[in-house]
Amino acid sequence: MALVEIRNLTKIYHREAQEVLVFQDLDLDINEGEFLSLMGPSGSGKSSLLHLLAGLDRPTKGTVAVGGAQISAMSQRELSDWRASKVGFIFQFYNLLPVLTAAQNVELPLMLTPLSAKDRRDRARFALEVVGLGDRTDHFPRQLSGGQEQRVAIARAVVSDPALILADEPTGDLDAKSADEVLTLLQRLNSEMGKTIVMVTHDAHAAERAHAVMHLDKGVLTR
Amino acid sequence: MAAIPLVYNLRSLKQRPLSTAATAIGLGLVVAVFIAMMALAEGFQAALTTTGAPDNALILRKGADGEMSSGISREIASSIAASPFIARDAQGQPLVSNEVYVVLSLPRLGVGMANVVARGVSPQAFEVRKGIKIVEGRRPQSGSPEILVGRAIVSRFAHCRVGDKLSFAKREWTVVGHFSADGSSFESEIWGENEQFAPAFDREGGFQSVTFRLANPEAFPAVQKALQDDPRYQVDAYREADFYKRQSAMLATVLRFVAIFITAVMAIGAVFGAINTMYAAVATRGPEIAVLLTLGFKPGSVLLSFMLESLLIALIGGLIGCALALPINGIVTSTTNWSSFSEIAFAFRVTPALLTAGMLFALGMGLIGGFFPARRAARANVIETIRQG
Amino acid sequence: MKFFLLVWANLRRNKRRTFLTVASVGLALFLFGALRSVITTLEDAAAVGSESRVVVRNAISIIFPVPMKYLSQLEAQPGVKSVSWQNWFGGVYIDERNFFPQFAISAERYLGMYPELSLPPDQKQAFLAERTACIIGPKLVKKFGWKLGQTVSLRGTIYPGEWNFTIRGIYSVSDPSFGEDIFYFHYEYLDEATNRQAVPGTYVLELSDPGQAAAISSRIDAAFINSEAATKTETERAFQAGFISMWGNIGFLLSVIGTAVFFAILLVAANTMMMAARERTREMAVLKSVGFRDELLFGLIMSEAALLSLLGGAGGILGAKALFELTRFDGGGMLPGFELKWATVAVGIGISLGLGLISGIVPAVQAARLPVIEALRKLV
Repeated sequence: MALVEIRNLTKIYHREAQEVLVFQDLDLDINEGEFLSLMGPSGSGKSSLLHLLAGLDRPTKGTVAVGGAQISAMSQRELSDWRASKVGFIFQFYNLLPVLTAAQNVELPLMLTPLSAKDRRDRARFALEVVGLGDRTDHFPRQLSGGQEQRVAIARAVVSDPALILADEPTGDLDAKSADEVLTLLQRLNSEMGKTIVMVTHDAHAAERAHAVMHLDKGVLTR
Repeated sequence: MAAIPLVYNLRSLKQRPLSTAATAIGLGLVVAVFIAMMALAEGFQAALTTTGAPDNALILRKGADGEMSSGISREIASSIAASPFIARDAQGQPLVSNEVYVVLSLPRLGVGMANVVARGVSPQAFEVRKGIKIVEGRRPQSGSPEILVGRAIVSRFAHCRVGDKLSFAKREWTVVGHFSADGSSFESEIWGENEQFAPAFDREGGFQSVTFRLANPEAFPAVQKALQDDPRYQVDAYREADFYKRQSAMLATVLRFVAIFITAVMAIGAVFGAINTMYAAVATRGPEIAVLLTLGFKPGSVLLSFMLESLLIALIGGLIGCALALPINGIVTSTTNWSSFSEIAFAFRVTPALLTAGMLFALGMGLIGGFFPARRAARANVIETIRQG
Repeated sequence: MKFFLLVWANLRRNKRRTFLTVASVGLALFLFGALRSVITTLEDAAAVGSESRVVVRNAISIIFPVPMKYLSQLEAQPGVKSVSWQNWFGGVYIDERNFFPQFAISAERYLGMYPELSLPPDQKQAFLAERTACIIGPKLVKKFGWKLGQTVSLRGTIYPGEWNFTIRGIYSVSDPSFGEDIFYFHYEYLDEATNRQAVPGTYVLELSDPGQAAAISSRIDAAFINSEAATKTETERAFQAGFISMWGNIGFLLSVIGTAVFFAILLVAANTMMMAARERTREMAVLKSVGFRDELLFGLIMSEAALLSLLGGAGGILGAKALFELTRFDGGGMLPGFELKWATVAVGIGISLGLGLISGIVPAVQAARLPVIEALRKLV
């Protein structure tokens, strides 16, 4: 069954006086347990689509439903709470908070839950172990390599156990070896833990690691 | 060494108007407080240092710490008046003023009472004392209960207009005029004739002080010695100007001390703020600095450029401070002259020298606030900053 | 509380900036403490006098005496329990800068009238028994290191000559606003040494019913209006307040300065908070994408600003208190010794909290309103 249902999705940006149409009347279903990679040239709207899926942005028209919840109809506050538990986001530049240790960074989403301090710490440590960084919990981001930083970011994305993981060019800033590790990790999250993953990339090698590849170009989605 | 154009700094200040304004206004407030406090001390001291002339001598009882605690008998006073070192007027009259000096508790205009000095003077006092001008009305007539009110207190006390009757010491006194005295503390006094005041205040036995014009001002040390060494007299002699200066020294020192203490503490706080702002400016412009260095500008030029930028903020701050402080010039305030327990009115004096000092103070803060961040900018590692950007 | 970690970590991010800001807020509150203490000290001094005692002085002004022969008439007034009198002496100890008040008092009557001032019984006996004896306040002991039995010499300014006194008692006060640096000696000694020329400066009357103070005062003044010296009678509190009002508008002046200091430092702190927040736009966006609500971010920034300011403020004002207490700061003898009250500390901490909240409001609102997408896009 479909975890994500996108119907008649239209997004128009206002740049100063100009209107920029990103896409129009887009329909898309993403099944539970799927690992979808989304490709397309710069400015094609892949990231916009991802932001709409994450509830970071609002559609101009149409609906986005995730796990039966109409996120395009939610208030800001409901969206925040929804993001905290139902979706994990991975950025190209990791976006860890430099003032916090790896474990503290991973713990961030759990701070929004009623979990006890001990439970939070345990889960963060477990998530770091899953991404293979159980021995780096007390390191600060500047003490880690790019690949390690991205793996911390992945741990942060999965720590609250969301069904959906969204990744925006997760390997875009990494060398080949680190990129491979990150992709392998995403595959494992998909196969072993059943996470639904949508990954935006413009690297064909990376896209191959997914179950399915879709292309977004000039507002049109093709398989 | 090629200089980085100043336009570059002006642009970058305009780039962050809020932060620039906050820092400049912060510095400006410090400068304003500095100028205001110094203007207060200056005004107070000006009021007392312009009191008295250097070619007059003031005689008090030995050991008295002010006119109020002094007492000189009529015999001694007339003996001194006959001395050869006293200047004489055209009629051959010695220029001497034997004075009764008391403090009155009078109702303020508004609420409460305040103390005012009442000085009974000889008719010659207007020749002995320099700079006394009748600005309204006339001098009191000898032998009648008439008084003059100093210009500075006319608007501060009740019944002080010309023609009003003021009652104290169980009598009614007619205000016949107002006088000015070059802004000195005499302007905060009430003057009448000594022979009228003496019986009213039960001071028939003597005067508080004797002031006379020296025939030869240079000869003061000799006069002083002659008077103080005469065992019949038991008096101390001062140059009139020195005496009043000494009376003000303590309070003026306290005011200066407070002014410097407060502004020093504030200044450190503001300099910290300036340092923060400039560090932030350096931090956000890492890439630009790297480009400048790559283009071949020397680190010295970068240092200079950032110092200039900081000085520019300080300059704006200094101008704001001066603009804030200027309007207080001339505002009359009052304090108690503790040596007479009486009120003395004086004006804030914002002088050009003070404004200059304020500007220099601002630039000094800018210099200190800019130095460390500017040095950081000049030492920037080109490769690292470019990579970071 | 779990979010404290975030706030704290952010304060540690740029230690130099945090230190400079904390220090500048600290300095501002240090100044506040110092200035406020001057005002409270003056206010206390104005409230020191009792409402159940009245002071009779010469109507012309305080520098004129009230004749000795008024004593019996004052004692005869109905409602007057007892009468004492005192003279300002105005002596100088070594140097004019060692200023402290000295009074010649009708000792036995005076001590009976002032329960605030207490002396050990043996010292009281010794003082009353010796004509040239004096009693002193504890502050004078501290300031000059004087001891019981020591002879102190003062140079008279109003009453010429060298005056020698023997310290026979050190009084203590039950009311902390009562002066602790006063020097009392016998009016008898003054009168005798001046060939019976002394005249009381003021009389103090103890009333059986404080409620009658106004009525008794006007009756006394009416009784003497046509005598050789007209009188002005008022409660001791009003009399003291009259002295304090001689400081003029110093309180107003200090308040103006305090306000200027507050705004100067507010600008510094607000500027810092804005810079700190601007550098973290990306992190704000990330926190939002992780699910942090707008109001939570608002609260975090406000807490950070408040904590920054509180650290400085508490440090500054407690530092001022400690400094005054340790050094008994009085500007090298030029200023009245003053103390920093706990109430002032509390007000200061309140002010620094307010300062923090005001300085945080702009960046906090900005953070709450930050559009995530814009912020993220700028950064990628």
